[in-house]
Amino acid sequence: MTASSIQTIADIRTAMAEGLTAVDICAQYLERIAAHDGPIHAFTHVAKEQALERAESIDRRGAEDPDLPLAGVPVAVKDNICTRGLPTTASSRILEGFVAPYDATVIDRLTKAGAVVIGKTNCDEFAVGSTTEHSVSGPTHNPWNLERVPGGSSGGSAAAVAARLSPIAVGSDTGGSIRQPAAFCGIVGLKPTYGRVSRYGLLAFASSLDQIGPFALTVSDAATLLQAIAGQDSCDATSAVEAVPAFDAALREPVPNPTIGVPWQILEDGVDPDVHTAFSAAIDVLRGQGAKIVDVPLPHAGYAVPTYYVVAPAEASSNLARYDGVRYAYRAPVDAAGADLTSMYDRTRDTGFGDEVKRRIMLGTYILSAGYYDAYYLKAQQVRTLIRRDYDTAFERVDAIAMPTTPTPAFGLGERSDDPLQLYLGDVFTASANLTGLPAISLPCGYGASGLPVGLQLTGRAFDEETLLRLGAGYERDAPWWRDTPPAAAIRG
Amino acid sequence: MITLSRSDVERIAALAHLELTESETDRFTRQLGEILSYFDRLQQIDTTGVPATTHPVTSAPVMRADNRRPSMPRDEALANAPDSCGDGLFRVPKVIG
Repeated sequence: MTASSIQTIADIRTAMAEGLTAVDICAQYLERIAAHDGPIHAFTHVAKEQALERAESIDRRGAEDPDLPLAGVPVAVKDNICTRGLPTTASSRILEGFVAPYDATVIDRLTKAGAVVIGKTNCDEFAVGSTTEHSVSGPTHNPWNLERVPGGSSGGSAAAVAARLSPIAVGSDTGGSIRQPAAFCGIVGLKPTYGRVSRYGLLAFASSLDQIGPFALTVSDAATLLQAIAGQDSCDATSAVEAVPAFDAALREPVPNPTIGVPWQILEDGVDPDVHTAFSAAIDVLRGQGAKIVDVPLPHAGYAVPTYYVVAPAEASSNLARYDGVRYAYRAPVDAAGADLTSMYDRTRDTGFGDEVKRRIMLGTYILSAGYYDAYYLKAQQVRTLIRRDYDTAFERVDAIAMPTTPTPAFGLGERSDDPLQLYLGDVFTASANLTGLPAISLPCGYGASGLPVGLQLTGRAFDEETLLRLGAGYERDAPWWRDTPPAAAIRG
Repeated sequence: MITLSRSDVERIAALAHLELTESETDRFTRQLGEILSYFDRLQQIDTTGVPATTHPVTSAPVMRADNRRPSMPRDEALANAPDSCGDGLFRVPKVIG
């Protein structure tokens, strides 16, 4: 195994067993980023010195240390996750120059597992968006077609892994922000059950929906990464006490005679024919492996988008109130003589936040304002209960629910920037998992006519990521799409 | 059907501490009006007696022992502030006119 052919965690283990060092691996990925990230712009900051230092310390300790399951494995980190000593800006002007004074729990755990943080990745500002165009440093481009969006909001993390600029990455998912870019970039992305992974150190967008999760080329790598970051954390009171199973071990056992539900009815309208074809072919693969495919009604699933776009902006408007020009990084220049505190707040927030974030803050403020709370917020929280009940009913007879991750493959950069509502409708299949808290994985499942990847989404019972990973690993064995490398990738498979 | 006026948008912007420009106010009046109209479809659903989900996790919140631990050093906490004084304070424009 030569350094230049490494793609997965398994490759890194093999290469290190054959004598390559963590520094060799790190240097290889730094070279790939330097040579290939220019036109993609997956990274907003490359942590060259810190990463090499960290790799050296792994080499000193010895990669065979059993306490280092991710020894020498580079990891790319979405820029809304705090990394001590590194910029953490959530791709927002309002945090330009902010250097995190502490590590998020996931970073702490990754470091303890031997991983090497290689850089921070671009995202939609404060994880608000689904294209990675709403970033102060400019958009990320899809490695499959540089004129297309990579999806978002974790578009930089997805593009980095797809382009082989990092073997794994972490992102956050509030309404699809891991799964949708994973689908658009042809890789694996998992939103764990709400509470499975600590949110401590994640810049909050919508606290009842946000969840950190893994990006990887293979299901096995996603499982290894999830293993490292999952589990209860005293710094996050909403992190769950449920025991974390051994995901790696579980992957070796297929799910016996699984039953998979498909809500065919909601796939009738608005799904791109290429997506429908690729999805149906993936269902055939699962059926061929012995899965029983049944139709499941999800009568309220069609309301996921309006429900989500009430709940998420309401929570965002509260969470983003802390960016006031006093405590963090950016303050708008104000005329010292004439300015008072309020005008400083107002100007800082207007010039520090981008358009989409302001739209959501305005929407959330309106929804929570006197006279509208019951009509919007309370109503949406009630519909949220009905959506969860639909899923609970379905899970009485199925092990997982399959849908396309997105109704279309990646669209063009700038194509939807003037029509926010149209963009929001693209979250139709992903938002439910956040509203219900359920785990969901996106797996690459082929291509549309334009050569752009299509994603297969599997949703599972609460705290049953295991079934999703086992089904995913089984599918991947017969449909190893991950071996295809996009045209802009650093290496060709 | 919700109609959102320019003055509604100005009122919300004041509540949200956003000093919008004229063109932002125009754009948001149109876009937020469209989005809010789209939310009207939620009113079609009968939610009589349905409890609200405020949080997807049903288990009780986890409590921890309330032990004293060292907090972040003050100079580190202040290091990212746009304007701080040497004696550990944030400096802001005048609060009372």
